[in-house]
Amino acid sequence: MDTYTLLRAFADSWFLLAMFGFFLSVVIWAFLPSQRAAREDAAGIPFREDDDGCSNDCDTCACKTDFLKETQNG
Amino acid sequence: MDFLKLPILGLVVLAAAYAADQGNDLAFRIHGLLIMLIAAGLFIWELRRMGDARAPVDTSGYMDDVIRAGVIATAFWGVAGFLVGVFIAFQLAFPQLNFDWGQPFTNFGRLRPLHTSAVIFAFGGNALIATSFYVVQRTSRVRLWGGNLSWFVFWGYQIFIVLAATGYLLGATQSKEYAEPEWYVDIWLTIVWVAYLLVFLGTIMVRKEKHIYVANWFFLSFIVTVAMLHVVNNLAIPVSIWGSKSVQVFAGVQDAMTQWWYGHNAVGFFLTAGFLGMMYYFVPKQAGRPVYSYRLSIIHFWALIFLYIWAGPHHLHYTALPDWASTLGMVFSVILWMPSWGGMINGLMTLNGAWDKIRTDPIIRMFVISLAFYGMSTFEGPMMSIRAVNSLSHYTDWTIGHVHSGALGWNGMIVFACIYFLTPKLWGRDKMYSMAAINWHFWLATIGIVLYAASMWVTGIMEGLMWREVDDQGFLVNSFADTVSAKFPMYVVRGCGGILYLTGALLMCWNMYKTIRGHAPVTQPVSQITTPV
Repeated sequence: MDTYTLLRAFADSWFLLAMFGFFLSVVIWAFLPSQRAAREDAAGIPFREDDDGCSNDCDTCACKTDFLKETQNG
Repeated sequence: MDFLKLPILGLVVLAAAYAADQGNDLAFRIHGLLIMLIAAGLFIWELRRMGDARAPVDTSGYMDDVIRAGVIATAFWGVAGFLVGVFIAFQLAFPQLNFDWGQPFTNFGRLRPLHTSAVIFAFGGNALIATSFYVVQRTSRVRLWGGNLSWFVFWGYQIFIVLAATGYLLGATQSKEYAEPEWYVDIWLTIVWVAYLLVFLGTIMVRKEKHIYVANWFFLSFIVTVAMLHVVNNLAIPVSIWGSKSVQVFAGVQDAMTQWWYGHNAVGFFLTAGFLGMMYYFVPKQAGRPVYSYRLSIIHFWALIFLYIWAGPHHLHYTALPDWASTLGMVFSVILWMPSWGGMINGLMTLNGAWDKIRTDPIIRMFVISLAFYGMSTFEGPMMSIRAVNSLSHYTDWTIGHVHSGALGWNGMIVFACIYFLTPKLWGRDKMYSMAAINWHFWLATIGIVLYAASMWVTGIMEGLMWREVDDQGFLVNSFADTVSAKFPMYVVRGCGGILYLTGALLMCWNMYKTIRGHAPVTQPVSQITTPV
């Protein structure tokens, strides 16, 4: 069997199965209840910066970047 | 190390001088001259500071200098790319704009790749490099890895842009859409890209956070996949080491398939995965709340990665490509609709509970419209990949309209929003100089896109229908020239949409300048009515 046919047969059988299996396990992993804490922890990463505490949305920000409050006319 | 730099730069100057003098074609010789001047400048600069005591660099904070440069470069190349786009749009409407005195350098054929590369690689690429450096530092809570290597990435990338852009004007192209630069420019980009990968990966390796935040997954997949696509699609053998011409290794339908495997994944990983990295950091940050569903973001990522890579063959319906291959591309494109909309919903629903911000916060409004256009173009794309629809849409302006609703709407708007987010932060200002200007930018850009996309739908479908119209004898009714003259009004509308979009970007540059220079807007307190005593 020439290389093309061999690779082609491998690609649309075992390798396809392996990729699909990998994808399914990722989906299962994403739904694992035991990973809930890890997911919540990861989702909070952008708000744990050292440098500013200015998410443009906080009342206690030192730098008061929440310009929205300032622009609202009374 | 410094003593090594001088002989290396000297050798580069010599080689480039030889190339400038002995090169086989104009583009190669001018590039030789350009490289010679850059290397000679660096040589003198290195020589002058030789042996000087260097002030130690403060490495305690984030490395933001390179990001500041990147934000300015993004705005600059954006305006340059939009300007060329507006000009070529009017060249199509008024062919007299292909001035005789400018031939062959300023004709449509040479300016068109200049426009596409300027907006995708210069504007989009700089935005991706700057935001990815910003995000990876903040979400890993460490300084960028590799010291000055990130400066090499920045300047190396600008040199790539200049070489590519001047090459197009001077006629050096390998005629592959979105991969036009010739072999030596490709090699240079590969070196710069590997450095980019090292900086990004190095920063992730030394991170202080336990988890790698999902935005970094998207950025990393973009860097890795673009490296792979770029290397494979640009496999070419130069005709001479002293000339720009090269010959592709693949030929015929294999070459076409490789090109569109590259071309569609350039959209998928450069313009989608990388920009989703921006979305997953800046939208939660601006909204002040975490992403709607982290679980969905994991599935979004892996589904996008697994599906996008197969979608390329839909560019080659009704060609020499085997039917099974184009059907495969079509099916995967249609399935791709789901993760795309999953991502859009994840971004939009991040605003859950803060919908009022769309009314009050112009930056959030830009993020929202960019996600809306992402949703629209990722619905339109799968639909156009269906073979029957493609038989009407292919080779017409519908394709151009689709591309621009994605590029102007999704990519452009999210970059503008990121610039408005980053500029005050990076230069230590409270906020952008003018909120009103952001609002103007938003409406100018939105109306511009609507004019652009609507006119291209009309002209594209009209053109497609005219091409296939046959009379009762089976003869074609229209000649090609008939369709060209019928399209004229829509071409003018499209150009006007482009002008609006460009005006918005110029307004943004003015706003950035005022913010960076620290001009505070002067506000006068409302005069109080003195109550009579």
